[in-house]
Amino acid sequence: MTLSEVTKIDGIAGDFLVTVKESPRYVDMDKCIACGACSEKCPKKVAGEYDAATGKRKAIYVKYAQAVPLKYQIDPNSCIRLQKPGACGFCEKVCDAGAINFNDTEKIHRINVGAVVLAPGFEAFDPTDAGVWGYGVHKNVITSLQLERYLSASGPTEGHLIRPSDGKPVNKIAFLQCVGSRDENLCGNGYCSSVCCMYAIKEAVIAKDHVPDLEATIFYMDMRTHGKEFDLYLERAKQDAGVQFVRCRIGGVETDGDSDDLRLRYVNEQGRQVENFFDLVVLSVGLQTPKHVLELARVADIKLTGDNFAATPDFAPVQTSRQGIFTCGAFAGPKDIPQSVVEGSAAAAAVSDLLAPARHELTSVASFPEEKDIAGEEPRIGVFICHCGSNIAGVIDVKAVEEYAATLPHVAYVERNLFSCSQDTQEMISKRIREHNLNRIVVAACTPRTHEPLFRETLKAAGLNEYLVEMANIRNHNSWVHGKTPKRATTKAKDLVRMAAAKVALADSLRPISVPIVQKALVIGGGVSGLTAALNLARQGFDVHLVEKTDTLGGNALHLKQTWSGEHIPTQVAGLIDDVLANDRIIIHREYTVSHVDGFVGNFRTTIIDREGTKKVIEHGAGVVAIGGEASVPTEYKYDAITRVVTAMQFDKLFELKEKHVQQARRFVFIQCVGSREGEHMYCSKVCCTHSVQSALALINEDPARKVYILYRDMRTYGQREALFAKARKQGVIFINYELHGKPRVVENGPDIDVEVWDHVLHRPLRIKADMVVLATAIRPREDAADLGKLYKVPVDGHGFFQEAHAKLRPVDFSTDGMFVAGLAHYPKPVEESVAQALAASARAATLLSKTRVSLDAVKAAVDEDACDGCALCIDVCPYNAISLVEKKAADGGVVGKLISVNKAQCKGCGLCQGTCPKRGVIVSGFTMQQISAQISAALAV
Amino acid sequence: MLDTKKVGSVMIVGGGVTGMQAALDLADSGYYVYLVEKTGAIGGAMAQLDKTFPTNDCSM
Repeated sequence: MTLSEVTKIDGIAGDFLVTVKESPRYVDMDKCIACGACSEKCPKKVAGEYDAATGKRKAIYVKYAQAVPLKYQIDPNSCIRLQKPGACGFCEKVCDAGAINFNDTEKIHRINVGAVVLAPGFEAFDPTDAGVWGYGVHKNVITSLQLERYLSASGPTEGHLIRPSDGKPVNKIAFLQCVGSRDENLCGNGYCSSVCCMYAIKEAVIAKDHVPDLEATIFYMDMRTHGKEFDLYLERAKQDAGVQFVRCRIGGVETDGDSDDLRLRYVNEQGRQVENFFDLVVLSVGLQTPKHVLELARVADIKLTGDNFAATPDFAPVQTSRQGIFTCGAFAGPKDIPQSVVEGSAAAAAVSDLLAPARHELTSVASFPEEKDIAGEEPRIGVFICHCGSNIAGVIDVKAVEEYAATLPHVAYVERNLFSCSQDTQEMISKRIREHNLNRIVVAACTPRTHEPLFRETLKAAGLNEYLVEMANIRNHNSWVHGKTPKRATTKAKDLVRMAAAKVALADSLRPISVPIVQKALVIGGGVSGLTAALNLARQGFDVHLVEKTDTLGGNALHLKQTWSGEHIPTQVAGLIDDVLANDRIIIHREYTVSHVDGFVGNFRTTIIDREGTKKVIEHGAGVVAIGGEASVPTEYKYDAITRVVTAMQFDKLFELKEKHVQQARRFVFIQCVGSREGEHMYCSKVCCTHSVQSALALINEDPARKVYILYRDMRTYGQREALFAKARKQGVIFINYELHGKPRVVENGPDIDVEVWDHVLHRPLRIKADMVVLATAIRPREDAADLGKLYKVPVDGHGFFQEAHAKLRPVDFSTDGMFVAGLAHYPKPVEESVAQALAASARAATLLSKTRVSLDAVKAAVDEDACDGCALCIDVCPYNAISLVEKKAADGGVVGKLISVNKAQCKGCGLCQGTCPKRGVIVSGFTMQQISAQISAALAV
Repeated sequence: MLDTKKVGSVMIVGGGVTGMQAALDLADSGYYVYLVEKTGAIGGAMAQLDKTFPTNDCSM
């Protein structure tokens, strides 16, 4: 439901009545085929929201070229006709589909749902009103979102980096961080937006790709690249791309009066006043909750934090203050894409926990007529040629293509459609298939990427196997790119149709493979992540086997005291363990580890073993790897030699027990990044900055006379944790920045511990006398992670953490179907993020476990046993580990050699094996060598 | 919780990456999903981005 907003939520969890207001689109979605004629004729231009006002759009427009739904809409505020009845109306006149409806009206829907998930997102901070850094005054000061559009090939300059003021090339670019973040004075947002450091680095690196000699400088306070692989990217940006990083606050942005160059004045890291000129200044704008979302929060009656984000408990990070209403993404606190995707899945898990009894009640399975057997039939091809309004027909002589198609071998029927994809045409194609007894179909239209699923459904509805259709892309590959040479485009259209017909004539009916699913889960690891995933899956109604290496549940969280927001971790973990123990669906295997794995998605067989060698075999459809991580043991800062040099975890225990050294100590020094962000451990452990700040606050809270120092490289109190950092500064905690090349030195000096460090503000060495030194130690992956990974064929990264399938969009999936990852096993993270990831892994597993069978695409490799000689070349190239070598048996049962076997469940039909095989011993259905040869021959036969 | 009525459908408010992920996972595990989007098309902020870390994949 687009152009729609929630205006009221009545009812209770499990049974809500939601009122949705749908604004008029003024374009009939069923009729609009997005040909674009309306927009071309529309005389009204306004600044485009999608291009962040760097480009223009018309009053009738699509949000962006790849929009879903790809339907035009009229902006009533800028449309001449809607502002003045009787005027303009060009769009209506040129719309062949008759889709324009100026009389469209607002609609109110009342919808009964069991749960509501609020994912309204954020808006980029608008620096106009704050009047900061010359934005809105100097044209060459732009926001990071605007730069994103300038860098995009689909943006206003098609990816050319130019100065907005005069179109001159950009040679020097400056990024100013924390605009609209960490700044209560100018913008009112005290929190850190979490994403800007990383996107600024990315934009600087990409801008340098566009302009190789570009000088890019990032002005920042703390470089917050705390996500997975982020620090490595930061180092590459410094060393390989040559991006400059300057830690300072800028005094102001001004012009020199003559040119449009921008002058920045600042104090550099050597303490000198510097003046530098730039072509373009980019403001790295933060994330904030828009006004209309604040209104949504009011309508939903949910609580917000002081920073205007949805308030959520740390152990239920997608639960709002109102039962049955969940939240995820940037509305639940500023965050990046992977964490947003994690929370999207986590919200699904939380909803399913609530609504599991009603699962499948409102969904239906589409039914189709019985499929016709075409084996042995002569091909009778139907060709449907789409005009796509004027998109194709405006360039290509479609009538000539129609006449030509009729002359091709096996073609029994040809027809042209104004829009082949429209609903009425689908019914018509179905009718023609039956009337003319067609058994193969060619649709000459647009791209199979978007439209093949539609035509496959149409074939199914007509009783034909869905794989008997071939698309010839005469639009994207032809009329759109050859608009200036219509005659040659027409010839090419004929070529494409001829090739498609040649291929489809050899097509066979293919059966999708379906395998049964064992509707049980395996969770490996009994820490907070494993417990959370196991409990959620059990509450969703699935049996769960929970395997824990030790004899204790709770994992690392047993050593933690509080979350960043102050929730008491021991209470929460004890509750979680009780719930897991009390749940009948969870079987716990303590002191067991995984020793062997067989099977594949839906049908894993995992063998677990205890110390005595007792084995158990667990059958499961999906699995969650949550084996956690561990604290590193420091090898520096005299940790071994001085008893009052302790790790953060040791300090927590001593502090809680009111141990005498802590009680008597007056001066504390915390050293950050011990074992993180250097050498082979070039990653941030993510939790230590916040942890040290909390410890410092606790010390001062107990006795305000204590002196507390935190020696840091970059304070990474990201998101709303920034409030803790601000509070610590206010309460007198002293923060001293150090660089990797000037690490602090710790020396025992009688009763004192001397900590020497170079002060970058005072530009001289400091000697701090301390009674106790606390080391913020790194989080390491488990040593056995890689071995477990091998058993499930899932990889670990260079640091030893498990590697997800896609860094952005599949953050809890593995490349091996059916296996998921959560918690510290994936990367260091605080408890609330582990809980979210565990819920997400659970939701992803549930998408499999909620089905009795998994249906797999029919395009698969198959072995020709006569041709395959077992050379095994294909095994090396198969990216999915789907091929194995087996013994070839003769009719009498004797072994006569080797040949390959394809696991259909693991094969994705990519065709690398077929391309590699020297003997044509492996064939990919739907893309057989004969089909591809026929297609190529047809291409060459003019 | 008391044995109250449970409706097997969910409303997701917001069609960005987060909302879409929630919608897909719920639809794939047996719930009827209403995806409510304020603007004319789903995609959210990510659709505005040029490329993404670390692969420089096109955000589309």
